[in-house]
Amino acid sequence: MVFRRFESARAGEAEEAVTYSTSDDDDEIYDAENKAIDFPGGRVAFTPQIKFISESPDKRIPCYRVLDDDGYPIAGSTYEQVDKETAVKMYKSMVTLQIMDTIFYEAQRQGRISFYLTSMGEEAINIATAAALSFDDIILPQYREPGILLWRGFTLQEFANQCFGTKDDYGKGRQMPIHYGSKQHNFFTISSPIATQLPQAAGVAYSLKMDNKEACVVAFTGDGGTSEGDFHAGMNFAAVMEAPVLFICRNNGWAISTPVSEQFRSDGVVVKGQAYGIRSIRVDGNDTLAVYSAIRAAREMVIREQKPVLVEALTYRVGHHSTSDDSTKYRPLDEIEHWKTARSPLARFRKWVQRNGWWNDEGETELRGSIRKQLLNAIQVAEKTEKPSLEDLFTDVYDNLPLNLHEQEKSLRETIKRHQKDFPSDVPV
Amino acid sequence: MLIKILRQYQVHVVAGGGGAPTSFLYKTFRNSSSSSSSVKKMTVREALNSALDEEMSADRRVLLMGEEVGEYQGAYKVSKGLLQKHGPERVVDTPITEAGFTGIGIGAAYYGLRPVVEFMTFNFAMQAMDHIINSAAKTNYMSAANISVPIVFRGPNGAAAGVGAQHSQCYAAWYGSVPGLKVLAPYSSEDARGLLKAAIRDPGPVVFLENELLYGEAFPVSDEVVDSSFCIPIGKAKIEKQGKHVTITSFSKMVGFSLKAAEILAEDGIDAEVINLRSIRPLDRSTINGSVRKTNRLVTVEEGFPQHGVGAEICASIVEDSFDYLDAPVERIGGADVPMPYAANLERMALPQVEDIVRAAKRLI
Repeated sequence: MVFRRFESARAGEAEEAVTYSTSDDDDEIYDAENKAIDFPGGRVAFTPQIKFISESPDKRIPCYRVLDDDGYPIAGSTYEQVDKETAVKMYKSMVTLQIMDTIFYEAQRQGRISFYLTSMGEEAINIATAAALSFDDIILPQYREPGILLWRGFTLQEFANQCFGTKDDYGKGRQMPIHYGSKQHNFFTISSPIATQLPQAAGVAYSLKMDNKEACVVAFTGDGGTSEGDFHAGMNFAAVMEAPVLFICRNNGWAISTPVSEQFRSDGVVVKGQAYGIRSIRVDGNDTLAVYSAIRAAREMVIREQKPVLVEALTYRVGHHSTSDDSTKYRPLDEIEHWKTARSPLARFRKWVQRNGWWNDEGETELRGSIRKQLLNAIQVAEKTEKPSLEDLFTDVYDNLPLNLHEQEKSLRETIKRHQKDFPSDVPV
Repeated sequence: MLIKILRQYQVHVVAGGGGAPTSFLYKTFRNSSSSSSSVKKMTVREALNSALDEEMSADRRVLLMGEEVGEYQGAYKVSKGLLQKHGPERVVDTPITEAGFTGIGIGAAYYGLRPVVEFMTFNFAMQAMDHIINSAAKTNYMSAANISVPIVFRGPNGAAAGVGAQHSQCYAAWYGSVPGLKVLAPYSSEDARGLLKAAIRDPGPVVFLENELLYGEAFPVSDEVVDSSFCIPIGKAKIEKQGKHVTITSFSKMVGFSLKAAEILAEDGIDAEVINLRSIRPLDRSTINGSVRKTNRLVTVEEGFPQHGVGAEICASIVEDSFDYLDAPVERIGGADVPMPYAANLERMALPQVEDIVRAAKRLI
């Protein structure tokens, strides 16, 4: 009796021999005639050996680096050349960012502003990324990327205006300090909830793609942000929709007091890219030239191929999470000190720039003195400037003032007239 | 279980403004008689579908996104035919993450598109709540008008039939409390068409609360409603039935129940005025107060939980503006203060019925 196995005609056609290569000695015993078959999602080869993919690779994904700790180019490193003008501008911006952080942080400590958050230790990521992008690239920041605004021409006074919430603040005094935003600088207003900007970036890119511009969307997050559901949605969607988003993860080792060892058990963030079908690279975030080259290359891919790319920049958060945090409570002082000095991105890049003959100690002293003076002046001006006027309490909730807010404003003004002495004198009416 | 009876009515379409509708959406209705007997009827589903189609044809920036909106023709067939007509760039089937696709829609709105985000039910939209509130509602204000968010969030809200607690909650009061949002609740096909068009054209975020059980219900529509330029202003309630003894406010499905209650009350000589709120935020306080100043009695009706509900807000408004005009305390009719049970008899007890509205009105007289 002939026994016929039931076979799908299509599946039968799909079967084909696939060579089975492996580094394992045991598998050489196996017959090379292996089969592949179609499943929803595509063709996949079979294996008769039960073999689990390890939870961690033998070696961690290596980190792209150009300059060593002393600022010497590593032999054999490939990187994009940076001319004198760009290099000096980058270095000066890094110094400006560092001093701005120091002074505004002090201002908060003195009670002159309510809150501040520094980018200390991440100046290279901030400035080298900004330099590598074009002005037309749309930034959706997390909150530790003010260097991008700085590079694009946001002045120290404009930073101060936002921190002090004056009438000159482009945000009309609506947000707490460091929540900058500027339409003309293509920098989306910072929003506090973590990682919400990631799916938003996919949406912005979806719209931008229709414009056919030589530009992409750049979305930032920290290591902590990758735990949010929005990270998954943003990365997954950007890949599926083929949205031109450059995802940059600043892996600085700490999410407030949570170290990365408690944040995820993967090899950092770079390995997550492949899980979404996204090309990715790991770069030394404290190496200005490496970050510059990596972002240039990534941006090129995103725009040319119209698909997302992930860059993980390894670095260290030298400052506290914010002025509401004291990181000495959960990490050792000498660790912070080590990264602040021996691993400083500024010191490293400065050595390279100075060795090229493009910078010197006099320039350094002069620059630091000048920036400090400008900042103190900006703070003085901001402190003397009027706060936004009362009408800004009610505008922009909707595009036009609705009836109920008209009534409330009217009622408020009448109350103020009746009780003048109870109303603060420095708020214009 | 719910039996949906889809009454297919031929609809006469006036070809104005928008693109030509595809043949399987409409059949041209020819009426030889010029007298008043031609009654055009349209289901709420057809009203929503036609409004979406016309707005998408009129403005290339409008796109629809959500689960099953494209190939499946819409979980409730509201987006039937739209993928075929406007293409996959404009009708986007999203993966299953309300938080994710809401964020994406909002990002697209940040950069100039006008998305309509569909939630299979607003119960699932809770997973997207942070984006709706923090990324959409507050953004124009927080960015000092640097970033506007012309987006519509729509989908069925409230109870259907036999779908249990996690599919039956009414979110009108939740969204209605948030500054920066506009919240609309259509009842009839006229409401559905006019309010959805207004929502899509609005420069800010709009929450559009539909009702699954109303999708198949047909309502008479005038020529004006069928025209593609038809639009209802946001923030105006509609007095569905004039009356002088008691004011009944309601929205969505409860408008139908209130009208039935008014018929029953009329048999006992009680002339009820039924207000269809249409807009939860902004609430048309002036129409409601005007009505109560005339009738001196108020019953608020809603499906949702009573505490902190829409009725509570209406009551506060009356107390603030028309206290002296009340001849009796305000009666609040709402759903039972329990998660919605599944068993049909329990579900019926947990939702307001016509008799509850009738009894409440009678208590005031």
